[in-house]
Amino acid sequence: MEFGLALIVLLALVSLIVVGPLRRPGEIERRDAARRAELEAAKEAKYREIRDAELDHRMGKLSKADWRMTDRELRAEAVAILRELDQLG
Amino acid sequence: MVPARKRRIRLVVALAAAVALAAGLVYTSFSSSTEASKPSQIREGHSYQLTGKVVKGSVSHHGDELLFRVRDRNGTASVPVRYTGVVPDPFREGREVIIDGELRDGTFVGERDSLVTKCPSKFTKKKNS
Amino acid sequence: MAGVGSACLVASLLAAVYAACASLYGVRAARSEFVASGRRAIYCMAGLLASAMAILEAAFLRSDFSFAVVAEGSSTDTPTFYKVTAMWATQDGSLLLWAFLLSVFSSAVLFVTRRSLREIAPYATAVLAVVGGFFLLLMVAWESPFTTLAQAPAQGNGLNPLLRHPAMMVHPPMLYTGYVGFSIPFAFAVGALITRRTGADWIRATRRFALVAWTFLGAGIMLGALWSYTELGWGGYWAWDPVENASLMPWLVGTAFLHSIMVQEKRGMLKVWNVSLICATFALALLGTFLVRSGILDSIHAFGASTIGVQFLVFIALVIAGSVALILSRLPDLRTEARLDSLLSREAFFLLNNLVLLGLALVIFWGTFFPLISEALSGHKQSVGPPWFDRLATPLALVLVLLAGIGPVVAWRRITPRNLRRALLVPAAVTGTALVGLLALTNAGDSVRSLAMFCFVAFVLTVVAQEFWRGAVARRVMTGEPFPRALVRLAGRNRRRYGGYLVHAGIAVLFLGVAASSAFVQQRDVRLRPGQSTKVGDYTVRYERATASLGADRAGTGAPISFGALLEVRKGGKHEVMRPSRNFYPARDASQGPIGPVSQFFEGDATSEVDLRWGLRRDFWIAVRPDTSSLAPIARKLDARLAGAGTAVQARAVAALTEVYRRDPPPAAFRFIVSPLVAWIWIGGGIAVLGALVAVWPSPEARLRRVTSIYAARLGRELSRA
Repeated sequence: MEFGLALIVLLALVSLIVVGPLRRPGEIERRDAARRAELEAAKEAKYREIRDAELDHRMGKLSKADWRMTDRELRAEAVAILRELDQLG
Repeated sequence: MVPARKRRIRLVVALAAAVALAAGLVYTSFSSSTEASKPSQIREGHSYQLTGKVVKGSVSHHGDELLFRVRDRNGTASVPVRYTGVVPDPFREGREVIIDGELRDGTFVGERDSLVTKCPSKFTKKKNS
Repeated sequence: MAGVGSACLVASLLAAVYAACASLYGVRAARSEFVASGRRAIYCMAGLLASAMAILEAAFLRSDFSFAVVAEGSSTDTPTFYKVTAMWATQDGSLLLWAFLLSVFSSAVLFVTRRSLREIAPYATAVLAVVGGFFLLLMVAWESPFTTLAQAPAQGNGLNPLLRHPAMMVHPPMLYTGYVGFSIPFAFAVGALITRRTGADWIRATRRFALVAWTFLGAGIMLGALWSYTELGWGGYWAWDPVENASLMPWLVGTAFLHSIMVQEKRGMLKVWNVSLICATFALALLGTFLVRSGILDSIHAFGASTIGVQFLVFIALVIAGSVALILSRLPDLRTEARLDSLLSREAFFLLNNLVLLGLALVIFWGTFFPLISEALSGHKQSVGPPWFDRLATPLALVLVLLAGIGPVVAWRRITPRNLRRALLVPAAVTGTALVGLLALTNAGDSVRSLAMFCFVAFVLTVVAQEFWRGAVARRVMTGEPFPRALVRLAGRNRRRYGGYLVHAGIAVLFLGVAASSAFVQQRDVRLRPGQSTKVGDYTVRYERATASLGADRAGTGAPISFGALLEVRKGGKHEVMRPSRNFYPARDASQGPIGPVSQFFEGDATSEVDLRWGLRRDFWIAVRPDTSSLAPIARKLDARLAGAGTAVQARAVAALTEVYRRDPPPAAFRFIVSPLVAWIWIGGGIAVLGALVAVWPSPEARLRRVTSIYAARLGRELSRA
């Protein structure tokens, strides 16, 4: 008896909580926000790589030639991400 | 050397190393393993990993040695055991044990410190203690 | 209250089913409100399971023996701390803990990714809901922690005395946090595979969860080793026991995963490898959870010990089969974006490190399951012992430590041989010096493997120090900061890298302790009467007298009787008093025959209370096994005499018996162990955990940028609404 009553109460509570979003149909601009968040994360990672490469070069791990090549590639990839971010508006 | 050829060589080397490790694994495990057996299965002069239950009323101490009998988990065949070394905390009559050793003249002589007792709760096995 | 608890479980199961269905429908029909609804159902699961845990803990705290698990695992004389932790010592309670942790972690990751990963997150939600649902189904259908007994016993069995140790009680939650933590990247990997978005997004989103999981799992394994060393009477910390191996395997594969995801993030390589690794890690985590409670490796016959063994195996098989099928079907999307330029690159060394770690995991897997493998292949059940594991694992461990030293020195993409030579000059010199010093000044040369390990450890530590140094110097050149500031800023802005270096240093120190304590340990087993002495290494030990105490257990485990010894230990000019003992708990198990009121105290479980003097150079460890066999016949006679007497009289009889032991004890069995450098195992582990903390901590400027991007996103939203 205790079980049945508790179950009904709990299920009602859960239903109340999960039904919330269903009453507000989805907003299309949210998709853009999600894509922007992903691009921001990718941009952060790319910036970190550019900085890491410079540090590696200064520490003597990466030779000048290798660093130049890597730096050029990474900056090009970063620019591509920034361009896509701009397109999102 | 062409990159593709370099990669193929690396792959071959890696695979060869893996095969060597696997071969080493298989060979050493089969050659240095002990056979897990019940009291009804063991034979004179061979070494085994004996598993079974400690027979009630069979435990006694003689100086440094612990003497008891081990019987089949689901049977009545039993064998006397002589053991020196650490006795695990959960060791008790009626509990399941695992012990490495050899059958000599009808008595199973246990290897030092090899006695392991299985904890009766179904949660964890307790090692030598 | 048990009914409410059960209702929480059932409601949670239904919420899990709903979460899976709503997320899948929402993502396929492009209706984000259903995805949000599914996410909320996961939040509800977390709330419901928290309530269930609270109800169960309350039952333990008030010793409500109508709950079957409380009767099984606790008693009124179990100390309060252990009453709380006894919950997860039982099978049912541990399942609840697993499910609870999973729901909490799932809620956390879904909350953090609620605005990103729109395509992947719903599938991840469904996967997490299914896994949680599995554990809930196990509880609801087979092993409910809220099972009640028709007739509540007056006293419970009490927590197994061997588990009454702080490390042992924190050990399961830590292990489970590790296992659960790895299910998060697994779920997102599955989502990434299904949606064919196999870039590094799923890795970036779940990387921190993987690192946290790895840390907790590693700490849990170490706590288990610490418990074994300080609580069990054999004096070792690792026995290659199936239960230990079961937790180590996912940790090793998880370590490989943490390294190889960096390669995918940086260069887009190893995509197939990474998804395979995380699926393997998760499968091994489930296997680890299952092995501990199945009994298939301890007993000769099949799953005798557990009612849920088959279900676990089926679930694990489904996970493996599903993962393999999914990966194979997505192979075209997992093509590598770049190729290995040079063997002298970090990518190559990470790959090598992965191979060694997997090799180690394979060796352990083979050895652990060998009884089953050999039976299948040859018909005879054979097993391999610790010597086999040591023989195969040691060379692999040596290579691993060596790689941990070379890896940090190498650059991504390529390092020229010249630069590599320059970087390795100082570490090689230090290692060489260490080698010569060890051979000349110590007896380390007696064990080639330990000598090699000591040298490699010196190598790793020098490389790590050098990396910090060179990095700080480079930063000083770039920014003009003074050296100390540059050092701090360097680590602060590159937490992942320098935290990782700290972890390497910690692991190296750990292996230093392992190598020294295994190769140079001195042990002596001897029986002594009071007044006798013996020598162990440089120590002279004299057994002064026996000790006996009632109800005053020093370790706080609630043991009624404690027999022990007082020993005087001398080394050089110093001397100390040590008091190992053995705790005796009352017998509760009536299946072995009737329990007498006096002899119950001598026929129950007993645990060793080891006395340990730890030090940075060596540990001195003593365990005693008092011989109580002479007391047993007297106890039984007293049983008969005092059967009708009150408990006060019986208690006095017990006290009198303990005095008998104390005054004239028969020889007791002692084990003395001198282990060099054991403490460094725990210290090294601590350093590794610290390093992991540094690596996982979010950096301030990334946080700042995240905040500004949220504002930009909000601006965009509001503008488009107008």
